[in-house]
Amino acid sequence: MADQAIAKDPEKERRKIKSVSKMKEIMTTYYIEAKTARENGKKVAWITSGGPVEFLIAMDVIPVYPENHGAMIGASKMGVDLCEKAEEMGYSRDLCSYARTDIACSITNGGPIGGLPAPDFLVCCNNICGTVLKWYEVAARFYNVPLFILDTPFIHSTFSEASRKYVVQQTYEYIAFLEKQCGKKMDFERMTEVSRLAVQGLRLWQEVLDTAAHKPAPMTAFDAFFHLALIVTLRGTQTVVDYYSQLLAEMRQRIADGIAMVPNEKYRLLWDNLPVWYRTKWLSDKFSSHNACLVGDTYTSAWSGVMDLIDENNFIETGAVAYSSVYINVSLDIMFETLKKLIKKYDVDGLVMHSNRSCKPYSLGQYDLQQMVMRELKIPTLIIEADMVDERSFSESQIETRIDAFMETLKK
Amino acid sequence: MITAGIDIGSITAKAAILEDGRILGAKVLFTGYNSRLAGQAVLDDLIAEIGITRDRIEVIVATGYGRNSVDFADKAITEITCHAAGAHFIDPSVRFIIDIGGQDSKVIRIDENGRVVDFAMNDKCAAGTGRFLEVMARALEVDLDGFGDMSLKGETPAKISSICTVFAESEVISLISKGETRENIIAGIHESVASRVSALAKRVGVTEPVMMTGGVAKNIGALRALEIKLETVIRVSPHAQVNGALGAAVLAGGIALTKYS
Repeated sequence: MADQAIAKDPEKERRKIKSVSKMKEIMTTYYIEAKTARENGKKVAWITSGGPVEFLIAMDVIPVYPENHGAMIGASKMGVDLCEKAEEMGYSRDLCSYARTDIACSITNGGPIGGLPAPDFLVCCNNICGTVLKWYEVAARFYNVPLFILDTPFIHSTFSEASRKYVVQQTYEYIAFLEKQCGKKMDFERMTEVSRLAVQGLRLWQEVLDTAAHKPAPMTAFDAFFHLALIVTLRGTQTVVDYYSQLLAEMRQRIADGIAMVPNEKYRLLWDNLPVWYRTKWLSDKFSSHNACLVGDTYTSAWSGVMDLIDENNFIETGAVAYSSVYINVSLDIMFETLKKLIKKYDVDGLVMHSNRSCKPYSLGQYDLQQMVMRELKIPTLIIEADMVDERSFSESQIETRIDAFMETLKK
Repeated sequence: MITAGIDIGSITAKAAILEDGRILGAKVLFTGYNSRLAGQAVLDDLIAEIGITRDRIEVIVATGYGRNSVDFADKAITEITCHAAGAHFIDPSVRFIIDIGGQDSKVIRIDENGRVVDFAMNDKCAAGTGRFLEVMARALEVDLDGFGDMSLKGETPAKISSICTVFAESEVISLISKGETRENIIAGIHESVASRVSALAKRVGVTEPVMMTGGVAKNIGALRALEIKLETVIRVSPHAQVNGALGAAVLAGGIALTKYS
């Protein structure tokens, strides 16, 4: 009996993604390098998740992402203490929980990795939200370092020629800023190589996500949330290309071997908005218990969704246009077009929208999108209210009732 | 065939027993601290009242917030599905349900088979729920049973602008100190509940006929205010408060059929 108690369930073991350990290794190495950058004579730049990191890679600067840090804080369930710390400092509870926890970490060196390495300079791109402008201004004052802001105009219908010129002009200013900070000229040949790797990484990431279109899906959106970190943090490096090639091969093998992430997958769902980082396991188990699999999401494909706009041989002129076109920097009509494609591609039975108290640009308009989806596509849609990092905004029994009721509706 | 439904809400526990599509009885008790014991007690009381033995109940379905704590039930089903089944059982023509319970208000659109098409629930806030009305009744020192009737006497409903139960209570206290009549204040409270719930209803899209269920359906003031807001006549079942339990008993019947087929 004792042996049986410790023996692992072979079926469960079979379903585990083997590449995960490699991914953890890469992320650990990355953070060690970032934290020891100064000793190794390297510069560290903080950059927003939607920012053009490729230029930093080409300049041999280590990019660090406060948002990825926020996600780690959330996943480690350390968000509430840090949010409260920020609130004690005077930041509003309505402020984004990534911003709150990150600002609190700068002061306390708390969180899962003892705070981020201090930046030499900051790069802020407002294609993901307006909060980052003030957040990065706070960081610039706190660390007393220069801040570069890349302003990407919101796209209502089409991206105008004036807007294009505006962002391209800023890209050149960005290069000049980096040259000044690093005390060396940009190596454009190296930049071309980085662009090529970035685009290759994006394509591979999209191919990994696309494997979930297979029935049953070899991976879920919860797995995508985990594996996303690389395309955000190390885009433009060989490491990303190698890792996603390995992951893609594993997913294809899973399909060939008939391995499904959710055993008895019966209902396929699409997720909208950021993950609820501190409850990914609970949510994953909850949906699995209904034989439901979150096969895709609007969040993890946000990076690769714009890759076709990039000409890898002319990244300077095309990259900024692509970054301006990301999922949450566009109108509801354009978002709906993307949603439609995802719903079709993954052949889903329902849509689950996380109304994320932290992320206003992502959550604003979800009720309208819900109506559009239900009216035009006749797909049942559920909205759950939570927050990506601040657990105080998660009410288990309320969310459980909504999910159970939604699944009862789908099962009829 | 006899089946039972148990609905454990945040304030009250309800039980209903059906025999071949006929209601044998229903019962309401306060939930109190232990929801499992409440479920047991309300079922035992009802069995004693009806005068049947426990072993005659073929299937028990539990619903409501405490549904998973009723470990003697054969299945737990959410109150959304149960309210739909209950309303359809009472009146098959109903296509839309407004349920205002103790801690939540919900709206459910159903099809001709009593199945849920879409639903919405209030979020993380007690405004517009039974608990909100309880707090207000206490602040005004009015018995909850007389709350509805009194509200109909209010000629110019006071404006309650706050959407938060706690702040609304202080607003009510300041209205009292300004000399506003109780009737007008109560009418205003019901208007504020109605506007919150009607916003929820319009989000889902109201389809007639509409039925109101849950404990607050007994409150004529809330009912009238909702009818005005939604510009429709709202039906109220005589079993409004036990509608969830009734629906659970109906669904238990379906489970019993598959069990023997």
